[in-house]
Amino acid sequence: MNEIIELGFWQMAAAYVFIILLFLIIKARGINREKELFIGTVRMTLQLVLAGYILAYLFEANNVWLVILVVILMQIFAVRNIFRRVKYRLSKRIKQMIMFSMAAGTLTSIFYFILVVVQVSPWFEARYFIPIAGMLIGNSMTGISLGVQRLVEGMYDQRAHIESALMLGAHPKKASERIVNQAFDAAILPTINSMVGMGIVFLPGMMTGQILAGLSPVTAIQYQIAIMLGIVGCVSLTVILFVQLGYKAFFTDRAQLDKKELLLISSKEK
Amino acid sequence: MFLLKNVTYGNILEIQELYIPPGKVTCITGESGSGKSTLVKLLNNIISADRGTITYQGTPVEQTDPVELRRKVVMVPQTPPVFGGTVKDNLVAGLEFSGHPPAEDSLLTEVLKTVCLEKKLDESADQLSGGEKQRLALGVALLLEPEVYILDEPTSGLDETTERKVIENIYRNISGRGKMLLMITHSKAVAEEYGEIVVEMADGKVAGVKERHR
Repeated sequence: MNEIIELGFWQMAAAYVFIILLFLIIKARGINREKELFIGTVRMTLQLVLAGYILAYLFEANNVWLVILVVILMQIFAVRNIFRRVKYRLSKRIKQMIMFSMAAGTLTSIFYFILVVVQVSPWFEARYFIPIAGMLIGNSMTGISLGVQRLVEGMYDQRAHIESALMLGAHPKKASERIVNQAFDAAILPTINSMVGMGIVFLPGMMTGQILAGLSPVTAIQYQIAIMLGIVGCVSLTVILFVQLGYKAFFTDRAQLDKKELLLISSKEK
Repeated sequence: MFLLKNVTYGNILEIQELYIPPGKVTCITGESGSGKSTLVKLLNNIISADRGTITYQGTPVEQTDPVELRRKVVMVPQTPPVFGGTVKDNLVAGLEFSGHPPAEDSLLTEVLKTVCLEKKLDESADQLSGGEKQRLALGVALLLEPEVYILDEPTSGLDETTERKVIENIYRNISGRGKMLLMITHSKAVAEEYGEIVVEMADGKVAGVKERHR
């Protein structure tokens, strides 16, 4: 059982047959989702095949500039994805805060992880740098999207509360404290929940992949624990940076609610 | 004291000159949409004028730290929201907002009596009616002991008897201590009885200022 089973053509084909069966069932039941299932399957296949070749090339080349380029592309993709995911129209100021929090939070975490935890040498070793950066950036992207959504929504829905607190002499920070905390909670909870269920409810993808690829479960688990801690830390750091900056966008320098910012949000769905 | 000169705010308000003296009760009256709320919001600096100057005790409000100013010039809006939790939580939140230390329960209960709110401190604030929420917010303002109390229609959700009682209590609490009460009211009777200065607003302008002795 120590040998790794390579998936051959017919074995891969059998995996697709499984989806085709599902496709037929969906069609027979009249559930109008066969188009999405088809596009999804094709997209996933093409993306992964492409990613496989690109990763193989990057690992082979192991060039510092290529690694930096990949991380920059990941950041751009993540930030654009955050802008798209949030239902509200965002001002330039909030967008800049998102970009700053993502860059500062994820880069700090990536380098801590690479240099202190895994102690990769050279630091740009593509085999480690790219997957770790991908996981930390990807999870932070999800976290910060939830945080932005909740912060923007909270500031808009509770503007009367905030203004009422300001009228009594509250600092903007104090007046929006509850909303900032709720935004942080919303952003970090899914990550904490997935950490709690890990190993019991499901085996995480990375670990499953490593075990199937022949690595000892103990080593796979060590990596998984380290990665999970890295993800929680990284998501927390990026979200804290964002919410601590983000609320300020809603106030003028006279500590008044910024009506322009609220107006932009009230124009709502993009 | 406040002095407003050539103040405009959008097309809502245009005031050439208005002087509001210290240590007195000033009532602001006028039809809906006459600019009363905008005027008091400018004094609390929760909004800023487009043009003109507003001074509080000789210093332009735009040159004062806005948070410090609001701690001296406290405002209660017409429909104040509750901050969740109990009646006590709301009173304590008000103190926290303005940087005050927490107060003893006996003082909190005393304040509730002053604003005629017969509720226990541990009762849920979310269950309060509109008029009760207003009184709770008035209680918060009283706890803060600012130099100026700006109350926007503080008793609009109350019946006439309770309204009189609440205003009388607030008046007694404030008067004779050099504090200033600025109150928007729809009630001519309240303005005539309590207003030492009555500012009549119409179409965003000051239509008249009357001085009375109580």
